Parts: sequence; structure tokens; C-alpha cells
Amino acid sequence: MSFEPGLYHILFVSTALFFIGVLGFFTRRNLITMLMSLELILNSVNLNFIAFNKYVWPGQLDGLFFTLFIIAIAAAEAAVAIAIIINLYRNSQSIDVNNAEELKY
Amino acid sequence: MPNLLTIALIPLLPLAGFVLSGIFGRRYIRQHAGWLGTLLLLGSFVLSLSTAYDYFFVYGKTDGVYQTLVPLQHTWLAFSDKLSIDMSLVIDPISVMMLIVVTTVSLMVHLYSLGYMKGEERYSTYYSFLGLFTFSMLGLVLSGNIFQIYIFWELVGVSSFLLIGFYYDKPSAVAASKKAFIVTRFADLGFLIGILVLSYYSGSMDFQTMIARLTSPESNEVKSAVAANFLGVSALSWGAALVFMGGAGKSAMFPLHIWLPDAMEGPTPVSALIHAATMVVAGVYLVARMFPVFALTTPAVLEMIGWVGAVSAVIAAVIACTQTDIKRVLAYSTMSQIGFMMFALGVSGYGGEAGLGYTASMFHLFTHAMFKALLFLGAGAVIHYVHSNEMKDMGGLRKYMPVTHATFLVACLAIAGIPPFAGFFSKEEILLAAYHSNPAIYYIALATSGLTAFYMFRLYFGIFWNKPYQSAATGHDSHSHGEGGWVMMLPLVLLGLAAAGAGFIPFGEFVSSDGKALASHFHIAFSVAPVTLGLAGILLAAWMYYRSGNQPDKMAMAFGGFYKAAYRKFYIDEIYLFVTKKVLFNLVGRTAAWFDRTIVDGFINLTGNTTLLVSERIKKFQSGKVQQYALFFLTAAVLLAALFIYVLK
Repeated sequence: MSFEPGLYHILFVSTALFFIGVLGFFTRRNLITMLMSLELILNSVNLNFIAFNKYVWPGQLDGLFFTLFIIAIAAAEAAVAIAIIINLYRNSQSIDVNNAEELKY
Repeated sequence: MPNLLTIALIPLLPLAGFVLSGIFGRRYIRQHAGWLGTLLLLGSFVLSLSTAYDYFFVYGKTDGVYQTLVPLQHTWLAFSDKLSIDMSLVIDPISVMMLIVVTTVSLMVHLYSLGYMKGEERYSTYYSFLGLFTFSMLGLVLSGNIFQIYIFWELVGVSSFLLIGFYYDKPSAVAASKKAFIVTRFADLGFLIGILVLSYYSGSMDFQTMIARLTSPESNEVKSAVAANFLGVSALSWGAALVFMGGAGKSAMFPLHIWLPDAMEGPTPVSALIHAATMVVAGVYLVARMFPVFALTTPAVLEMIGWVGAVSAVIAAVIACTQTDIKRVLAYSTMSQIGFMMFALGVSGYGGEAGLGYTASMFHLFTHAMFKALLFLGAGAVIHYVHSNEMKDMGGLRKYMPVTHATFLVACLAIAGIPPFAGFFSKEEILLAAYHSNPAIYYIALATSGLTAFYMFRLYFGIFWNKPYQSAATGHDSHSHGEGGWVMMLPLVLLGLAAAGAGFIPFGEFVSSDGKALASHFHIAFSVAPVTLGLAGILLAAWMYYRSGNQPDKMAMAFGGFYKAAYRKFYIDEIYLFVTKKVLFNLVGRTAAWFDRTIVDGFINLTGNTTLLVSERIKKFQSGKVQQYALFFLTAAVLLAALFIYVLK
């Protein structure tokens, strides 16, 4: 008897991914790690889109397209974020998020 | 018909002088500013003479009545279809007469100043101010619109302010210029309100229209203005009285006269021009300009004008008897003579024989301008020579300054009303007019003319006789420059001729309240009293001041407290100071300051402090910590989600 994963399994995984990402985002001080946590959050959303597309409205492509867009935007956002991180590093010789505090001035 | 270009050029030439020496004076034409101004004014003077000749003898008369001609009328600000402020030039007997007065005296002063102000640091500035003043004064007399006259009114006020404060490094001059400006400004506030009232009720700012509407008792304008009451006095009377208040301020009438004696801080030629001959008679001119309104519609106000004039005349004459600064004596004498002009208007009626006072007032304005300018210029020559304003530093100057002495004597005889000098004729007419309509004022005026003769000859003997002249103790040899060059003597001689001969002009032929010729009658019997009084004043002055002695002191002792009060100018300045400093400052000023500091400032500070306090509290939110922001965001998102799912479903 083969195990057929259902909608709930996938939702469980994506929820787990989301909270892992949130936890990482809040607890880590390293900006790269925080960026990775952000990617986890985005991917959990992607998983949701795919899962709902497959199980709830099979035969439609909306969820797939959303996912593709999110991946593209995540890539762009990562590029921007890394550029910012590099600039921060140049200023303070570290990529600790607390060093970004002085940006408030 | 009048040539527009000619008339417009009369005020514009001095304006050109003002602009040229104002802009280029200090740099390029420093030495020539004086001659430039004088020549431009000579142009104005010639144009005025030709205008006057043409007006009085060629085109001015229609059916024996001098017409009011308006060569230029330009709508400047139109408020509505009916009410607009126009810029216009008006030619009528009094404006033409004033053109002559202003340009003559101004030309003399320009010429005289070439010598008097020579070597002055701000020579070109001085001439540019003179040009500005002459322009404004000519504009004032040519105005055909009450608002236009107000504009020029303020302009002459400003130029007077500038010229009084000409020696701006002298604190007393600065104080005097401020005083003159503030006092006249205060009076002008009344003038402005008066303009608004009158133009509101008459629906016009144009003199001719306004007078036409306000003098016919049947018109709607008069009815509504009479019906409107304020404190039991009709709006029309208020308007007329307030307009007169402006005139009283400019003409130094009691109790707004306090600025005039202090204004003597300016250069002496300026005093001759502005504070003797032209600007100070602007108030008389204004009343004369609106005379039909005063005479026909508001006789009560006209009577008040008469009393204000009479009181000013006598008070000023008494004060003049006690002052020792020769320019201050002349200043009070000016005030007294303007009082004569004012009450002459006050006792006058409109039209025909009753209008004698009007003619007399204008006549006196004319002759007074000549002899008073002469007196000031003569005093200027004396001051130039002695380097002091005080009578005690003078005496015995007749040998050193023969021309000044002779012309000064002529002017003194003229102002004292001794025939056949100019003042005799005009003063006689004034007294006659007063005699016929208001005997009380007549006796005041009679006494005042006796006083006039006394204080003028007190001045004359004090300067030119009294004691042998000794140069001031400074050691400066003032004899070196003599009396001053021909530029200073020529105006004295010319004005002396005018002061001697101006009385023979048949003035009633030209200027009268209704434009018709008014024959002047002379009654020898009537002239006896004033001339005798005048001679008595002169003899008294001669007895007291011909030689230096102790008669003046004895006399002063005899009068005791009265002398002291007059010497201190009846404490009017002190009263003003008390009212402004103590009463107004403490009651109004302090209260307003308290209100401003606590209520107004308090409210502003409260808003400021509240903002500061609130922002102090909430600024912690902007920590700069990225993760904290994310936490806020997440919390809010979760709360919003919960809200939408559980509460607002």
C-alpha cells in the first residue's frame, strides 16, 4: 500500500517552514541568515500555492504562475538585500543586524 | 484749455531731481546735485508761473467765475462701477496759488541751500530729499481726489521725516523726526477714517463729486449721512471733523502741535520750506479744498475749526514770547500764523461777501509763506554766522550782516502787520472777517497780533541790536565767511521784495470761496486798532531788548508762574509724555504685553510643548532594530487577521 500525501500533509510542512522562517528571522543577528529565513517564509507560501492549486482547483494554472512570480521576485529581492548587506559590511566591517540601527538617524 | 504736459511737468521735474540725485548723487554728480535740483526746480517755477498766468488771465474764467479744470483724470483703482480711486490733476484758483507758493519757496530754498549746505557730507542726499518733498507737495496741491491727496499727504510726511532727521547722528534730531512722524501719523489715522466715512456716504472719492453730493441738503447722500449717528453726532460731522484732524496734525494745530518746535532740528532751509511755508499749510489747504462741505453741511465743525485755530494762535504766540532758541520762536510764530489761517476759514461763510474769511485765509497763506520763509532763511544765515541757535549768543549783528538785517526787518514788519508790508493786508482781511462773524475770535486775534509784533521784534532786537557782537567762545573765526555768498543773499532779497510787495496783489480777484471775484475793502478806521497794537508791541520789544538790560528779567518776574509755564510751553509735552508713558503705557501697553506673553504666547507654547512631550514618548518606537519592526508588523498582521476572522466576519 503506497502512501499518498494529501493536502494536509503539505500544509503541515509549509506551516512548519513558515514558523521556522519566522523564528529564524527574529532570533538570528546575522543578516545572511535572516535573508535565508525570509526565503523559507516565501517558499512556504509557494508550497501553499502549489498545494491549493493541485488539490482544490486542479486543471487551473493560477497558483503555478503565482509561484513563478514569487520565485522571480524573491531572486530580485535577494539581489537587492545582498547589495544592502555588502554596503553595511563596508561601513561597519560586520553583517550584524544591530549595526543597521544607526540607519534610523 | 490748460496744457496737460506743462502741468504734469511741474511735479515731475522735482521727481526727476529726486531720482537722479538719489541714484547717482553719491557717486557721480555729488557736487552738481545742488545745481541740478535748482535748475529743475527753476523749470517747475517757470511752468507754474505760466500756468498761473494762463489760468488767471486767459482761460480760467467763464462768465466771471473761475472754473475748476481737470486736465488729467485717470482711473487708477476701480472698486466698483461707482467708486474708484482716480489719479487726477486739478487746476483751480487755490491749487494754482499753491503751485506758485510751493515752487517759489522751494526754488529759493534750493538756491539758498547751495550756500548753506555746502561741504555737507550728504549734500546730494539732501537735494534728492528736497526734490522728493517738492514733488509730493506739488502732487498734493494738484490732487483732485481725496485718496490721492492722502497718498501725497503721507509722502510729504515721509520727506519731512527724512529731512528733520537729516543729521541722523544727532540723537535730538532722530527723536524729533520720530516725534514728527508719529504725531502726524496719529492725526492721519483720523484723516483716513474721515476719508472712509465721507467717501462711504458720498459714494465718491473725487472732490468735485463729493462736494456736489454732500452740499445739496436734499440729496440722498446727505440724508443718509445725517441720519447715521455716532455718539449723538451725525456721521457727516464725524467725517468732516476727522478729516480736519488730519489737517490739524499736519498744520500743527493745538493740541497736535508738539512736533513742530522739535522739527527745527532739521537744517534751517528745510524748516523754511517744510515747516514754515508749505507742508504745514497743507492742513489749511485741505480745509479750503473741502470748504463747501464744511461751510454748507457741517457748520458746527467749521466753528470748531475756528476755535481750534484761535486757541492755537494765541497759545503759540504766548509761548513764542518766552523762547530763546530763535528757530523755536519762529516755529511757534508759524503755528500762530497758521492758527490765523485756520480761524479765518472757521469764521468764513461760503460765497459772496461772507466768503471773505476764505479769501483772507488763502491770502495770508500766500503772504505768510513769503515772509516766514524769509524769516527762516534769515535765521539760517544768522545761525550760519554765529554757529548757535540761542539768542544769548547773538546781538549787534546788524553791522556784520547788513543784507540779512534789512530783509529780516522787512519780514518782521510784514508779520507784525505794519502797512504797507504784505502781512498787513492779509491780516487785516482776516480780522475783518472775524469781526463780522465771531467777535470773540476777533478779540483773541487782535490780542494775538499785538503779541506777534512783540515777539517778532524781541527776536529782531535780540539778534541785531541788544549788545555788541562777540564771537562764540569756541575761538572759531566765524567772520571769515561773511554773510554767505550771493546764493544765500539772493533768495533773501527776492523774498524780501515779495514780503514787502505781495500785499498789493488784489487777491480777492483771484481766490474766493465760490470762484467769483471778491472786492476787498479797506477801512482805515478798522485798521487803527491792530496797527496801533502792533506798534505798541514793537515799542515794548524795543524798550526791553534794544539794549541789553534787566527789563526782560523784571518783566518775567512780574508774570511769575505764567512766564514759567509759557517758557515750558504750558507743559503740553509733559502732558503728552504723562498720557503716553504713564497712562497708555501702563494701562494699555502693559496689559497688552501681558496678554501677548501669557495668553497668545502661552497657547503657542502649549501646542509646542504637547507635541514635544508626545513625540518624546513615542520616539522609542523608532529603534532602528529591523527585527523589532518585523515583530510589530507580525503582531499587527496577526491581530488584523484575528479581527477579520473572529470579529468582522
